[in-house]
Amino acid sequence: MTDTILEVKSLRKRFGNNEVLRGITFSLRRGEVLVIIGSSGSGKTTLLRCLNFLETADEGEILVNGDSVFRAGEKMTARQLRESILHFGLVFQSFNLFPQYSVLRNVTLAPSLLETERLRDACRADPSRDFKAERRTMLADVNRRAEELIRTVGLGEKMKNYPFQLSGGQQQRVAIARALAMSPDILCFDEPTSALDPELTGEVLRVIRGLKNSDRTMIVVTHEMEFARGVADRVIYMADGVIEEEGTPEEVFGAPKSEKARAFLASSNLKG
Amino acid sequence: MFISVTTSLLGGLAVSVRIFLLTLLFALPLGLVICFGLMSRFRVISVPCSLLVWIVRGTPLMLQLISFFYIPGIIGQNIWGGGEAGRTAATVVAFSLNYACYFAVIYKGGIQGVPVGQREAAQVLGLTRSQIFFRVTLLQMIKRIVHPMSNEIITLVKDTSLARIIAVYELTFTGYSFMKSDGIVWPMFYTGVFYLLFVGILTVLFGRLEKRLDYYQG
Ligand SMILES: Nc1ncnc2c1ncn2[C@@H]1O[C@H](COP(=O)(O)OP(=O)(O)OP(=O)(O)O)[C@@H](O)[C@H]1O
Ligand SMILES: [Mg+2]
Repeated sequence: MTDTILEVKSLRKRFGNNEVLRGITFSLRRGEVLVIIGSSGSGKTTLLRCLNFLETADEGEILVNGDSVFRAGEKMTARQLRESILHFGLVFQSFNLFPQYSVLRNVTLAPSLLETERLRDACRADPSRDFKAERRTMLADVNRRAEELIRTVGLGEKMKNYPFQLSGGQQQRVAIARALAMSPDILCFDEPTSALDPELTGEVLRVIRGLKNSDRTMIVVTHEMEFARGVADRVIYMADGVIEEEGTPEEVFGAPKSEKARAFLASSNLKG
Repeated sequence: MFISVTTSLLGGLAVSVRIFLLTLLFALPLGLVICFGLMSRFRVISVPCSLLVWIVRGTPLMLQLISFFYIPGIIGQNIWGGGEAGRTAATVVAFSLNYACYFAVIYKGGIQGVPVGQREAAQVLGLTRSQIFFRVTLLQMIKRIVHPMSNEIITLVKDTSLARIIAVYELTFTGYSFMKSDGIVWPMFYTGVFYLLFVGILTVLFGRLEKRLDYYQG
């Protein structure tokens, strides 16, 4: 068994004439936290969207645990695509909670649908099993796990609330719990605090830091440099669709080699 | 006299209500099919659907009703037969297609009003396309379309009176026939009371639905 959980090979993506990703290659070890920084328009969001199958890369390959989950140009069945999607989780800048569902239901919706399907298939294959009874215990399990996750992100009191009743920071923490409920191999964050008031960013960053301690593999796109430095095992600096610089936080933040990275870090230090 | 007029009008109302309910029964789902057609990536589907919506919304419902009723006979295929049942069936078919097109456009607006992020979040969580529609989009869409849909459905109540043009004895035609046969005018005005009651009940029902959906925002 290899230590490498994710390999991204020569990923390219263009929108019309605009080549946004121009050959992105990197790999990630299990439990590693990769932080991606870079100026606006450098392709960070597009990269995460390609990993989560919201965009289809034009060229390149993605492997998880050594298995190819995406190869450009190859057709996938809906089923394969779904399997591939489930390797990844994504926390959006704008939370995107489902407004019509309670906090608890937001977290249980996807796992209960998926587990129901799997159980139905299993029971079809083996008629001696009782679908209804097993489903009941399965749903109770899903609920219990969801409640646990919601407590982990510090919202045990809000299970029955609806998203509109929560602050942005609380909504984002629910979104994190929701993503975790699918147990993705790799959890991606796209500027998880950019839509938040400054006084609410801390609570969300604390949750993400907590996940690092529980050995989650994560890719975090952020403009919070101090947080990036603290949480990252490795840092990638992107510019114009390529990885301009890559290394430990000490290397990238301490002694950036490329001119662009130096300029970017200098300007973001001024802002911070 | 009052009693006998009321009884006849109630008979007419029953016909109107039947046309109304059957039209809804067919038009609500058919509208969704046309809506998906309009939104299809494939032009071979979306273009004919747009054409259909254009024709249906661009011509009077009365003309459509007449066409549906008479054209089969003209081309020698009188599928409706001569009786009341056939005329009502022709009415329901014409109305269903007409209202389905209006509903389709409303549905489309409702679906497009749901932020893309909702579908993307669901997709990333591994929901299938149909799960995304039924579990995530549908309710948010319904909340957005309650108002325009209630307008259309209330219009449908009054549009049922067009069926008199092909001699369906619905409410208005029943009231009118007293004018012709007995020379009395008031039953005609009396029909208004029935329409008002009918629409009043619908208004209350839509109000309830709206309240039911008030539990969340966004
Ligand atoms: N759907 C799209 N269609 C066309 N162009 C797009 C699309 N999505 C992104 N782009 C373009 O791709 C480029 C990279 O965008 P991307 O969102 O990946 O940048 P980013 O690094 O995430 O920037 P930011 O820090 O502002 O979030 C931009 O020039 C953007 O205009
Ligand atoms: Mg971005």
